[in-house]
Amino acid sequence: MSSPTAFRQRVSEAVADERVVRAVHLATWHKVDACAESMRQLRDPEAIRELAAQIKQHTLENLPRYLEQFVAQVEQSGGQVHFAPDADAARRIICDIAAQHGAKLAVKAKSMTSEEVCLNDALEAAGVRTVETDLGEFIVQIDDDRPSHIVTPIIHKDRQQIAQAMARETGCEYTEDAEELTAVARRYLRGIFRRCDLGITGVNFGVAESGTLCVCTNEGNGRMSSTRPQVHVALMGIEKLVPRLRDLPVFLKLLARSSTGQPLTVYTTLITGPKRADDPDGPEELHVVLLDNGRSDLLAGEFAEVLRCIRCGACLNVCPVYRNLGGHAYGSVYPGPIGSLVTPLLQGLDEHAELPRASSLCGACQVVCPVKIDIPGLLVRLRARTRSSQPLLKRVAVRLWKWVMKLPTRYAWAQWWLPRLLRDCGDGWARGGPGPLGAWTHSRDLPIPPKQSFRQLWRKRLSDER
Amino acid sequence: MEVALFVTCLTDTFFPRVGEAVVRVLRHFGCRVEFPEGQTCCGQPAFNSGFHAEAAALARRMIPIFEPHEQVVTPSASCATMVKTHFPELLANEVRWREAAERLAEKTYEFTTFLRQRLDVDIAAHLSFDEPVTFHFPCHAREAYGPEDLHNWLAHSKQVDLCLPEHADLCCGFGGVFAVDYPEISGPMLADRLEDLAASGARLVICNEGGCTLSLAGGAHRRGLPLRFKHIAECLAESLGLMEPER
Repeated sequence: MSSPTAFRQRVSEAVADERVVRAVHLATWHKVDACAESMRQLRDPEAIRELAAQIKQHTLENLPRYLEQFVAQVEQSGGQVHFAPDADAARRIICDIAAQHGAKLAVKAKSMTSEEVCLNDALEAAGVRTVETDLGEFIVQIDDDRPSHIVTPIIHKDRQQIAQAMARETGCEYTEDAEELTAVARRYLRGIFRRCDLGITGVNFGVAESGTLCVCTNEGNGRMSSTRPQVHVALMGIEKLVPRLRDLPVFLKLLARSSTGQPLTVYTTLITGPKRADDPDGPEELHVVLLDNGRSDLLAGEFAEVLRCIRCGACLNVCPVYRNLGGHAYGSVYPGPIGSLVTPLLQGLDEHAELPRASSLCGACQVVCPVKIDIPGLLVRLRARTRSSQPLLKRVAVRLWKWVMKLPTRYAWAQWWLPRLLRDCGDGWARGGPGPLGAWTHSRDLPIPPKQSFRQLWRKRLSDER
Repeated sequence: MEVALFVTCLTDTFFPRVGEAVVRVLRHFGCRVEFPEGQTCCGQPAFNSGFHAEAAALARRMIPIFEPHEQVVTPSASCATMVKTHFPELLANEVRWREAAERLAEKTYEFTTFLRQRLDVDIAAHLSFDEPVTFHFPCHAREAYGPEDLHNWLAHSKQVDLCLPEHADLCCGFGGVFAVDYPEISGPMLADRLEDLAASGARLVICNEGGCTLSLAGGAHRRGLPLRFKHIAECLAESLGLMEPER
């Protein structure tokens, strides 16, 4: 999977890719401004965030009860519910549904959960051609790339790269005009929608009291994917529940605002059961696949609040680390601050021990999180769990540092030595040095500390001055 | 009013002038300032790196040092948060220590918060600048004050030419051990912040956190940017005529 050296390697490559860094800077700043502006339009954004956090937390604390209610309601409305304990089970369940219906062509709306379980590869291996219908995901797919943002999968691509991919796949004339490119994709995808026999979507919110699935999209492809094929499969994490229909507006007010700065997504689709007898159209079958994949293990522990996440992507957009790395360096379908929690928690701390440490803990994520997840606090707690796997040299250094700080005389001694150990370049600054000093001076100089520390100053003259 | 200064190890070592400014400003407003010499570091670097046993050991030695004092004031908001929030967390399972930690948390103040809440000082009314000024909001100050507070103190001070950075709160890339663990990420973050500050047009940057100043000033020096950094305590001390202006 991953290792500290692999991560460092990806980081080095990511920060050196000027094209991606530029594209991500532009897009994230644009979104940060748009989100801030649209949140300001709410009468009391803080109260809505607090309410959303409370609803989600309450749901998580009573998840077994709400899951039971949700399953009963989905079944009562004619849907079928499948429970997938892990990614493998989810892939198997969905491939089986495809096989039962002899499906050959599946359309997919954007779903990070399906990315989490690597669904496309499994379906393709089972002989089902699977086409992403969200424009961003479509471009990722035809360019044989991976999404680098949970809402804006091609945030790392610029106009030229998109134009080249579109011309290559669809045979259209090369154009960088966004409207023309969208029209080309639309025509291409209409052909797919006409022929498809399986539709796969994610779920933004599952309503326990009614068994309703809420799917939020901007392009209408989610609605097409859930209504046009005869069979609709909805894959959702078990944490996606909200208790009541009347809780939905709280989240709908926050989701699009936090994601893109829109007051609402263009399409907000509520699905309760498959086609009814008197419906003119719609799928004959609705399958809801509930994915656990490590989530229930988190419910009782100190990290449960990460499950409040509604995958809006706001924390990615404000994160100065994400802005300079892009999403691929994180080595997971969930990048950014929330990814640095979710990835190690769901996929294994040993493989991803370095992710929680690759943060300055600036807390910009916590400020914008619509469900008020204490991301920096949780990152620190995860760091505490990996202290024993830190390099020996670092562990020894921390011990040594503690030993020095335990006694003021040792501390004063270290303070006395520091300016004498640093190599002054003649202007009062050091530009390099061994160990941590070398890392520090990678991109900044270190001032040579004044010969007289504050405590010396205090003793010499400040203490008896008035 | 008796106040114990918790100067913090970074300020003690790299920015003694900030400590001096805090002492002089507090005395100016009628405080009797003590400096408990047993103090060293609050353990924040260890805490943030997940070395919680080491951080707790330092918390246990910090607490008794400040126990005899009425109030504790520190020029660093992040060290204040360490004491106020994380000491009680770290010692949550040791009842007597936790209670002592909570008592210390209660009486510890970040410098500007102490001025406003305990001494009822209108910061802006005592500040003046004779050159254009901009500011860097330290991320970890959020518990004490927001970017809009810092903005207001400067905007409402006397004869100020305030040059706003494009982004009021953008991380400087320091993040304690992070800057040493991941210099290749920290570097570009620092570059983003410096670009923003330099574009403001001012040469004087108000920054109330030693860690941020160490990072930003080091980055500015590396790039040959003509930026200078001052803690608001230094600005107050200079404006009040308590210290010679430093250029």
